[in-house]
Amino acid sequence: MTTNSIEIKDISKKFVLRHTRSLKEAFVWIMKGRKGDLSKKFYALDGITLDIATGESVALLGLNGSGKSTLLKHISGVMLPDTGSVATRGRVAGLIEVGAGFHPDLSGRDNVYLNGAILGMSKEEIDAAFDSIVAFSEIEEFIDTEVKFYSSGMYLRLAFSVAVHTDPDVFLIDEILAVGDEPFQKKCLAKIKELHAAGKTLIVVSHDLDVVAKVCDRGILMQQGHAVMDAPVAEVIAKLRS
Amino acid sequence: MGGSGTSNALLPLTSPGHGSGLLDIFRSRYLLNLLVQKELKVRYRGSVLGILWSYVKPGMQFVVFYIALGVFLGLEQSPTNRSGMPNYAIYLFSGIALINFFTEALGNAARSVVGNSGLIQKIYLPRQLFPVASVWVSAVHFLPQVLILAFVCVLNGWRPGFLEIGVAVAAFVMVGLLATGLGLFFGAVNVYFRDAENFVDMLLLVATWASPVLYSWEMVHNKVGPTWFALYQLNPLTVAVESFHLAFWYPTTVETVALVPNLLSLWIPVGMAISLTVLILGQLVFRRLEGRFAQEL
Ligand SMILES: Nc1ncnc2c1ncn2[C@@H]1O[C@H](COP(=O)(O)OP(=O)(O)OP(=O)(O)O)[C@@H](O)[C@H]1O
Ligand SMILES: [Mg+2]
Repeated sequence: MTTNSIEIKDISKKFVLRHTRSLKEAFVWIMKGRKGDLSKKFYALDGITLDIATGESVALLGLNGSGKSTLLKHISGVMLPDTGSVATRGRVAGLIEVGAGFHPDLSGRDNVYLNGAILGMSKEEIDAAFDSIVAFSEIEEFIDTEVKFYSSGMYLRLAFSVAVHTDPDVFLIDEILAVGDEPFQKKCLAKIKELHAAGKTLIVVSHDLDVVAKVCDRGILMQQGHAVMDAPVAEVIAKLRS
Repeated sequence: MGGSGTSNALLPLTSPGHGSGLLDIFRSRYLLNLLVQKELKVRYRGSVLGILWSYVKPGMQFVVFYIALGVFLGLEQSPTNRSGMPNYAIYLFSGIALINFFTEALGNAARSVVGNSGLIQKIYLPRQLFPVASVWVSAVHFLPQVLILAFVCVLNGWRPGFLEIGVAVAAFVMVGLLATGLGLFFGAVNVYFRDAENFVDMLLLVATWASPVLYSWEMVHNKVGPTWFALYQLNPLTVAVESFHLAFWYPTTVETVALVPNLLSLWIPVGMAISLTVLILGQLVFRRLEGRFAQEL
């Protein structure tokens, strides 16, 4: 029997196209009996239903603005759906953006602790993993330098390293590998494959189709908030390339 | 530690993004601790005086008020000015320290959610942490000021008993709860209307004058009469400032000055209840609004 790591049932999300921030406009709107919408809306996610089994490795593909990042944010809990429901099993770690939660004025060491705690680790867990985190990132010399002096690749190395050491059950990766140099990208890919082999659930968003083909089994094609195709990754890539 | 493929089945399905309010703060106290440390490290980065700034600023404020009000306007008692207050400097400083705690805490808490937008948009974590951390940071700045106050009081014959210490702690808790409650409220509203932080600034400007920090409560009582004075007393900050006076200033005087009637039996419990209510309401509003933080920021 397979268990699902992620169960998404018919979720939709509307966003505001034009933000109204003036009290005057809001006042006029209320005075007119709240008729119509105060601002224009559109669906960023529209009726998505998706089950992802534990241990699956899924690629989310699609053009810019098709809703991939938005979907990941719903899985990580950053956003809540307007309708429908999302359920996840176990610890979810999102690498939505490199080094979110890093503070430029703190040293690499402090940031490892801060970011680890933000991703849900306890002090003991971080203490235990610290050496391994630094070793994986290969920036030992700079660990006590403030991260504002890091290059973007070094930033990525440390951030990625912390994230993989949170030992998540579900790992969300959004476009982050692009910044690293060739050897480190290889290392990350190897690590991702290792996580996959260990039975973790992966969701990868990337425009680098070659990378995606290497690490994912299943592909989901997003188009204007709809999941229009759900098939083995090679087929989705073929469709995207055609 | 996370589970492997097999133990995974034992974990329940949970709905991401639904926190359990202030209870989460307790669960994430290590993260809270780190956020507070971060703030303390980062606040005065690159400045020579560093954390001393959080003493220089209130110290300066104190000196200005003392000279203007105590000396020029004659609030300080002296051989030539019998009608003033004894030990006005202690009176003034105990109030200013407490009000500054509130001002700093609420001012930063109201900005904390918007200030951490980068994080809130990308990673789910209990967002109540940010306003609470702001209040905590202010408490860290506040406590050494209390030590200075206590030291000066001791030089003036202050020998505190359980009553004084208990009342001082109650005042601190009252202000902390109030600042957290209002901080949660305005921090959340600020995401939708940035007017909130400006409104808070205005509120804080009024706060110093709406409590007997610079003047004595009797001046208010004599002008407005008992009914309006009761209204004045409904402000927990007012009660907290009066409590600080009772704890620190009053014992250093010859104790012939009048204290606010029923402070212990009535107003401290009332102030505490109001602060708690504000905290609960602030928390409710925060939880109503936090679902849309990530998309509105
Ligand atoms: N907070 C927000 N408020 C309003 N609109 C938003 C918000 N976040 C995303 N959108 C819109 O939702 C749509 C989907 O965005 P999303 O970031 O999910 O795209 P994506 O598939 O990740 O694109 P990319 O490949 O460029 O990363 C876009 O049109 C975007 O402008
Ligand atoms: Mg994206």
